[in-house]
Formats: sequence, structure tokens, C-alpha cells
Amino acid sequence: MRRGPVCALLLAAAIAVPAHAHTPSDSYLALRIEDARVAGQWDIALRDLDFAIGLDSNGDGDITWGELRARHADIAAYALARLKLRSGGADCPLQAGEHLVDDHSDGAYDVMRFSATCPGKIDKLDISYSLFADLDPQHRGLLRIEQGAATRTAIFGPDRPTQTIDVATISAWTQFVDYGREGVWHIWIGFDHILFLLSLLLPAVLTREPLGWRPVQAFKPAFMDVFKIVTSFTVAHSITLSLATLGVVSLPSRVAESAIALSVVLAALNNVFPLVQGRRWVVAFAFGLIHGFGFASVLKDLGLPQSALLLALVGFNLGVEVGQLAIVSVFLPAAYALRRQWVYRGLVFVAGSWVIVAVAGTWLIERVFDLKLISR
Amino acid sequence: MLERLPVRPGDPVARELRQLRARLAEDPRDAGNALALSERYFELANAEGDPRYVGYAQAALGPWWDLPDPPQELRVMRAMLKQYSHDFAGAMTDLEAATRADPEDAQAWSWRGAIHMVQADYAAARADCEAQRRIESELGYVGCIAYLDGVTGHAAAAYQALSQALARARGASPEEKTWVQTRLAELGQRMGDDALAERHFKAAFEQKVTDQFLLAAWADFLLDHGRAAEVVPLLRDWTRSDILLLRLALAEQALKLPEAKEHVAALKARFDAAALRGDKLHQQEEARFNLYLVGDKAKALALAQENWKLQREPRDARILLESALAMKDPQGAREALDWLERSGYEDPLLRDEAAKLKGVKP
Repeated sequence: MRRGPVCALLLAAAIAVPAHAHTPSDSYLALRIEDARVAGQWDIALRDLDFAIGLDSNGDGDITWGELRARHADIAAYALARLKLRSGGADCPLQAGEHLVDDHSDGAYDVMRFSATCPGKIDKLDISYSLFADLDPQHRGLLRIEQGAATRTAIFGPDRPTQTIDVATISAWTQFVDYGREGVWHIWIGFDHILFLLSLLLPAVLTREPLGWRPVQAFKPAFMDVFKIVTSFTVAHSITLSLATLGVVSLPSRVAESAIALSVVLAALNNVFPLVQGRRWVVAFAFGLIHGFGFASVLKDLGLPQSALLLALVGFNLGVEVGQLAIVSVFLPAAYALRRQWVYRGLVFVAGSWVIVAVAGTWLIERVFDLKLISR
Repeated sequence: MLERLPVRPGDPVARELRQLRARLAEDPRDAGNALALSERYFELANAEGDPRYVGYAQAALGPWWDLPDPPQELRVMRAMLKQYSHDFAGAMTDLEAATRADPEDAQAWSWRGAIHMVQADYAAARADCEAQRRIESELGYVGCIAYLDGVTGHAAAAYQALSQALARARGASPEEKTWVQTRLAELGQRMGDDALAERHFKAAFEQKVTDQFLLAAWADFLLDHGRAAEVVPLLRDWTRSDILLLRLALAEQALKLPEAKEHVAALKARFDAAALRGDKLHQQEEARFNLYLVGDKAKALALAQENWKLQREPRDARILLESALAMKDPQGAREALDWLERSGYEDPLLRDEAAKLKGVKP
């Protein structure tokens, strides 16, 4: 069979126009390492599984949930036979778990959970990957390996079927920095903590007088007020964060989350109907204890390496403080500059406090009754 | 329903593939069977734009893939698959060996020419075209030379020669005619005659051949001429193709249609998936995406520069010029400006952009 050159040139146009109506075949392999155990999740395209072992049992060109479910055991057997984990010179046997379905940018994927147990604590993990190597040499396995807050990635293919991930060299410093980054990130996306802090800080540039709020005359008292509030909030949440992480105390997460929402409501209400004035740092301390439980549950979700517990704790906590300081350092100069303006005293302070009450009040109802009213 | 398969098991194509696979399975070392299956998958890859088929085609050549000296036809096939993944060096090694072994292998010479042209090695490409003078049809040979002349400052002569060759080639297939008409349209644009270009685009569509390259070229022509409203109905059903989805999103953005947002998000997801895999097949497209749909000029320029290292066709020069223009960085597009000088490429649009870029005070 010989094509004419025009036809070949026509095809050659595809050189510069990789007309990919689809993406090439990839699977997504996520491994989470905890001491000797590996928890895995493997996303494999239904199209690829169909090509390998056939999923479309009624031959109508569509793969249904029923057809897929019937093949779960075969998929697990096929895939897990093409993945090998070894540590310390011994195999880590793989155990299939539940199957789910997820959509990636190019279609539906079977999501298979699995676990592996190695003979001892994992320092180096040898991973051999040969999924679809015989059927599609262009297939790639995209690995994401997590230990604590540290993440690594690797790409597997026929040219690199076996790779060793040196888990131990995820250095202490890297872990420290990673947990620190998570801490910053958490305060940044943790609106409840930010709103609580803002509620307490809003009055810092004002003083209460019999006729209402007046702007402070100098920067120093405002700064000292903020300093006391932030410090006591920090000390308090660090105490409970540490104690909860070390397992000394615990609070059910729904109770902690509800109490956090309540703390935001009360702090904001205090601005509109002042009850506690001079000693807002006491409020910050008391409720800070509650917020510490919230931070602790985030840290727990990240997974904690027993070997580097203290490191993770300190890194995370410092990250939270850095994030908090960043917010304060933007807030305080702005508030001080605007303190004489109606915009601040009327709009930001009063209306802002009411908005916070409304938002946090909604969270409170959601968390107490386990509802979903607004997304956040 | 979770997923729709690209071919139904009962389709003639599926039946044919099943037969070819079964024949190869009986004797996986039979070169003829392997070539037949590989060729069929490669055709599908080009028709459907589905890279998975390239993987399947490569798998069929498994026993020969790493051999230093495979049979001639398998070697050419291997080169075609390698160039698809942009392994131009690997493909060229195979093609050089193939044309040495059989100087009459027109297909191998064609692919050599195509790769040399993508790399802007016009002297080598001309030699590849000349090698086909006696072993291929007139249309094939003239097409090769015209493609080359069209990017080296002789668009008018190329247009003359190619349109005359087409008039004489009575037996040309619809696919060949589509290809030639698209080339004539491009030549018309380079000559600055947009009406002529449009006539040839229309003639290409009259062949009723589904061709993503033609759709992309016509869509670009419309976008350049402020006719985005015509692009939307043209490409509405082509969202599965990255390159056509990009053009559709550009048109929707120009028309301020609400669909633009969703399509930009879809493109972003696809580029992210490719990045995860380490793919660099889409850099030209990705640069355009960043420049016009995301507004990240710096990233666009970096991608366009990276792309230029591998691919040096007019399109690649254009996105490099436009990104550098957006960044007000003439030095950033130095290589495209040099190429424009050296090649003598005529397109007024690119010449205009280059002049503007040179006028920028860094």
C-alpha cells in the first residue's frame, strides 16, 4: 500500500497541527504514605479499560454504570497486576478497595481505591508501573505521592517503568516549609478565622465614648490594642492546636465548628451592642481556644507523620501566624487612615459588623443542624 | 451512561480492526499483519484526531520498534508515528535510512520534505521535493515545490504552478483536491488577495472532505477579517478538538457570547492535563490561548519561544511575533524576525506585525 505524496503531505499537515480531539491516554495514581502503609487511588479511563478488557458487555457503544460495576473485580485484578510496590527489598501486597467514577477533561474514569502494607516503615518505595504498556506505549501513569504535607510527582511510561521514590529524603526542612505553607493557606481560605479576627480588630482604631465611637488620636494605642488581641488569639489557639494534635484533648468537630461560628457572631455583635470594650483581648483568648480545635482538624486531615509530629505542628502553627500577620499588616494601616471617615465608622464598622453577624449566623445554623444553606 | 465509545463494536471500522488484530495475534511477528494494523490505526488517528490510536499503532509495531534495522515499510511507518509525537530527530533518522535503502520510496521522501519544512530547513526540503520529480504524480511533485515556494517569497509563482497542475490532474481524489485548494487559499492570502483566498477555501469545502486543518485555516481567516459570527456555527460541534475549540472560544469572546467562559475553562483543563503529562505538542495553541483568552502575555511569549525551537512554520512565527508585540519585546521574537528576513515570506499581515515590532522602543 503506497500513498501518493500529496496524500502524505496532507497527513504531514498534522505535524504542525496536532489535531487532538482527545488527549492521549493517562492514568492518575495517587499514593499516600503513612509509616508502613500506603493508601492509593487510581483513576483509569473507561475507554482504556474497555480496550484492554472490554466493558461494553451489550455492545451498544455506551458504557453504563451497571456494565462497569459488573467488571469491578476484573478491573482491580487487571490493574493491580500491573502495579508493584516494594520497600526494603520486599513486596508490599496490594489490596483492592471500593470503586467510584469521576470525570476528567477527556471523559469518565474508574476511580479505584486500594491499600498496601509494607513490611516496615517506608524509606524508599520502588514503584513498577506497566499498565497498558503492551497495548498503548504512549500511555503514561501520572503519579502523585504524598507524605504528610509534602507532595512529589513522577511520570511512568515504557521508557521509565520502574522508579524509586526516596521518601526519607523528603527532608525535615521541606516538610517544615510545606506545613508552614498549608498554615498560611488555611488562614487565607479560612474565612471564619479571618472574620473573627476582623470583628475584634475593627474597633481598634476607635474609642467608645458616651456619645458613640470616636476615632483614636494616635497610632500607638490602636497598635497596642491590635497587638494584644492578636497575641492572645495566637497564644490561645496554639495551646489547643498543640494539645489536640498531640491527642491530649479533643472536641467533636461539629461542636468545634459550631462554636467557632458562634464566636464570630458574638464578636461582631459586640461591635454593634458593645458589651466588652477594653478587654477584647480576653475575648480573643477565650475564643482562640476554640479556633485552635478548628486548626487541629485541618492539620489532622493533612496527615501527620509520626516521625515528624512536632516539626509539622510548629511549621503549621507558624504558617497560620504568618498568614494572620499579613492580614493584620494590611488591615491596620488602612483602618487607621480611614478612621475619621464616615466610610469607616458607618459603612465598614457598623454595616460590616452586621454582614459578619449575618454570614456567621448562617454558618452557625448550618453547622449546628448540619445543613447546607450557603456555600463558602 | 458514563462513557460513549468512539466506535461501536458493530461498526464496520470496529469489525475491520477486530479482524486485523486477530490476524496479528495469530502471529505477532508477521510484518505484513503488523503494518496493516498499524496503518489502519494511524489513518484513524489522523481522521479522528485521537492520539490514543497512535499508541495502538505503535503497539502493533512492538517487536520492531527498537530494532536498528527493521523492514523498509515498517521503518517508514515507525518514522510517521515518531513525528506524530514530535520526535523529529528520531523520525528523520528512520527516513534517511529508508530513502538510502530505496531511493524510489516516494512516501519516505514526502515525509522528509514535510519535516524539513516544519523545521524551516528549506534547502533540505527542496532536495526532498526534487527527489520526487520522477517517482510521483505531477500534482504531488508540484504540490511539494509550491508548498516550499509559498513560504520562501514566491507565492505568486507557486500559485500559478499549483493551480495549473490541479487543472491537469483529472484523477485527483477529493482528499487531494481539498489539500490543494487549502494550499491555494493560503497562497492567495500571502499574495494579499483575500477574495482569491476565500474562493479557494470555498472550493476546498465543496470537496465534502472532513478536514480539521481546513476548518482551522478557514476559521483563522474569518477571525482575522472580523467575521467571528461565521465561526461559531462552523465549529459549534467541534468542541472535542482542541485546535478547533480554541478558534471557537476566540470567536465567542469576540462576540461576547456567554459560552466563551465555559470553553475557556475546558481548554484550560486540557492544557493542564497535557502539562501534567509533560506533553509539548500544543505549545503554539497554548500560547495563543494565553495571549488572547487568558491575557497572560509573558506566558504566551515563553510558550511561543519554546514552540519555535521545535516548529517553524508561518503560524508559529505569527504567534511569536504577536506575543512579543504584546510584551513590547522585539528581542523576544528575534528568531521569527530573522526567519522572516531569511525566508522572504510574503504574508502582508506578518510583514506588518514585524514592522510594528521593530518600531517598538524596548
